[in-house]
Amino acid sequence: MKKIIIALVMVSFSGLLSAAGKLHLDEANIDLTDKASLQRGAKLFTNYCLNCHSASFMRYNRMGKDLGISDILVEENLIFSDDKVGDLMKVAMTTEDGASWFGTPPPDLSVISRAKGAGSVGADWLYTYFRSFYVDESRPFGVNNTVFKDVGMPHVLWELQGMQKLLNADEVKHGATPEFAMVSTGSMTVEEYDTAARDLTNFLVYVGEPSQLKRLGLGPWVLAFLVFFFFVSYALKKEYWKDVH
Amino acid sequence: MSMLEKTLGWVDDRFPLTKMWTEHMSAYYAPKNFNFWYFFGSLALMMLVMQIVTGVFLTMNYNPDATLAFASVEYIMRDVEWGWLIRYLHSTGASAFFVIVYLHMFRGLMYGSYKKPRELIWIFGMFIYLALMAEAFMGYLLPWGQMSYWGAQVIISLFGAVPFVGEELAIWIRGDFVISDATLNRFFAFHVIALPIVLLGLVVAHIIALHEVGSNNPDGVEIKKVKGADGIPLDGIPFHPYYSVKDIVGVVVFLFFFSVVIFFMPELGGWFLEKDNFVPANPLKTPEHIVPLWYFTPFYAILRAVPTIGVSQFPGVIAMGMSIVFLFFLPWLDRSPVKSIRFRGPIYKFALAVFTISFIVLGWLGTKPAGGNYLIASQVFSILYFLFFILMPWYTTIDKTKPVPERVTSK
Repeated sequence: MKKIIIALVMVSFSGLLSAAGKLHLDEANIDLTDKASLQRGAKLFTNYCLNCHSASFMRYNRMGKDLGISDILVEENLIFSDDKVGDLMKVAMTTEDGASWFGTPPPDLSVISRAKGAGSVGADWLYTYFRSFYVDESRPFGVNNTVFKDVGMPHVLWELQGMQKLLNADEVKHGATPEFAMVSTGSMTVEEYDTAARDLTNFLVYVGEPSQLKRLGLGPWVLAFLVFFFFVSYALKKEYWKDVH
Repeated sequence: MSMLEKTLGWVDDRFPLTKMWTEHMSAYYAPKNFNFWYFFGSLALMMLVMQIVTGVFLTMNYNPDATLAFASVEYIMRDVEWGWLIRYLHSTGASAFFVIVYLHMFRGLMYGSYKKPRELIWIFGMFIYLALMAEAFMGYLLPWGQMSYWGAQVIISLFGAVPFVGEELAIWIRGDFVISDATLNRFFAFHVIALPIVLLGLVVAHIIALHEVGSNNPDGVEIKKVKGADGIPLDGIPFHPYYSVKDIVGVVVFLFFFSVVIFFMPELGGWFLEKDNFVPANPLKTPEHIVPLWYFTPFYAILRAVPTIGVSQFPGVIAMGMSIVFLFFLPWLDRSPVKSIRFRGPIYKFALAVFTISFIVLGWLGTKPAGGNYLIASQVFSILYFLFFILMPWYTTIDKTKPVPERVTSK
């Protein structure tokens, strides 16, 4: 019996320990109803990501419709290939090329926000990831990332953020919160870059589930109907059951 | 005679429509003291219908092809009108179905619904449970995500643990040396045709057997023993309209909680839709840890709790199989003279509590990495799980029971 109790206590304890060893993520606090933010995110995405990464389950015109951008504006400003506005967001780079250039083919980003965690975890992961590249000369592209160790991609947004170095590399290995210092400045201030990272995250969360706002909007109506119908069905039940003793 | 009555008469001369309605609905006498736990039978039937209907619509746009499957699910989520809702109804529906079925089975354990004369109802029910597990397992491969792929890989490789013929058997099941397009196609065939037919047939048998002997109730009293002058059980009320209107209330309450998940947390924090399943299946990249969906984790924990012989996992596979086989024999393992927990002694109450806790804790342990204290805990709770069955003939015999009343107690 004693052994069982000890085992149980140890189980709950190790659960706590593994929680402490978790990756540090900053809160993204995205807002899917903020169309301006989503539009800025779409601009960043099509300019910086959509050359190597595809979002091949997402159509340009669906994005335009949901984000309040007309087909003409989408075609003029957000499509850089000869794709039509009704096409899926594919890229010309083949998986073979991707694998030979980066070591691993750049993944499709259609559902990346959902692949990185349920609920808001995926968003927090992406937001922290965009802001956690640091100089590491041992890596092929000269950068590494505290959220995604030994990531294969370069810091594509460096001209916006600038470059930073990691101050507490050893502590981070043991679960500490990373601390960075800028080594060169980019075209954006720290606050501006955080906003850009949040916009891009917002956009990727949208792309992960374009129907999300519709789903969240419909939910309360369905629940309200069910509450109403509960009273109706309960009254019916009461009426019939009056004669059961 | 009205037109409707004439038509009904015409049909009744050729098909027992009114007779069936009377036997199974308007003159099927159910005990009047059903409580909360008796909602789950009709709810399970509703879930089966919902899964079939949503499944039909998903099939219209899903592609059972390893190169297209993942994209076709996202196509349903984006380009098909209301496709996202149909898909969530189906994916959340699978988990909800298991929640309902587990509560339905727990009701059986509490009130001794498997005991004589309802042994066959229980056996049919257990076969439904087995078919449902197969249905869920094969359905989970279809989205062709990483967890679909590697979950199937792990479970099918268990067949490889069978001595002598194992490797051949696993290849025969997969139709290939690894999970592949061949496996996806045969799982699709089983998921949308073979198993639903089996399930429907078993459900019909389950209900016919139930209506033959009559329903049990929270008191475990046989209402057919005390009948009025008209031959109708004094404690019985017609299923329709009394329980049909009552079950509608149950359906509405269930749909409320179901909708909360569907509309506000369809992944339920990764418990209903795992994050790794949003990554397309990659045979060359094994996920960090492979976890089956929650409704299989108690058995997965038992599988991993048993030590291997050499490198063979066969003992664990046997234990996992036995953990389900034991349930089939419940009607004969239980020697108690009473059915309901209300009149059973403290030993059975304690045993059922330990069993329930073990099942839940094993379910949690099945989601954790195997090893260290998790492993020890899995072993302890696996033993407790099996002791519930192994010791049952003994403790149900010596347990002090209370006298069972002639009539049902509460209304």
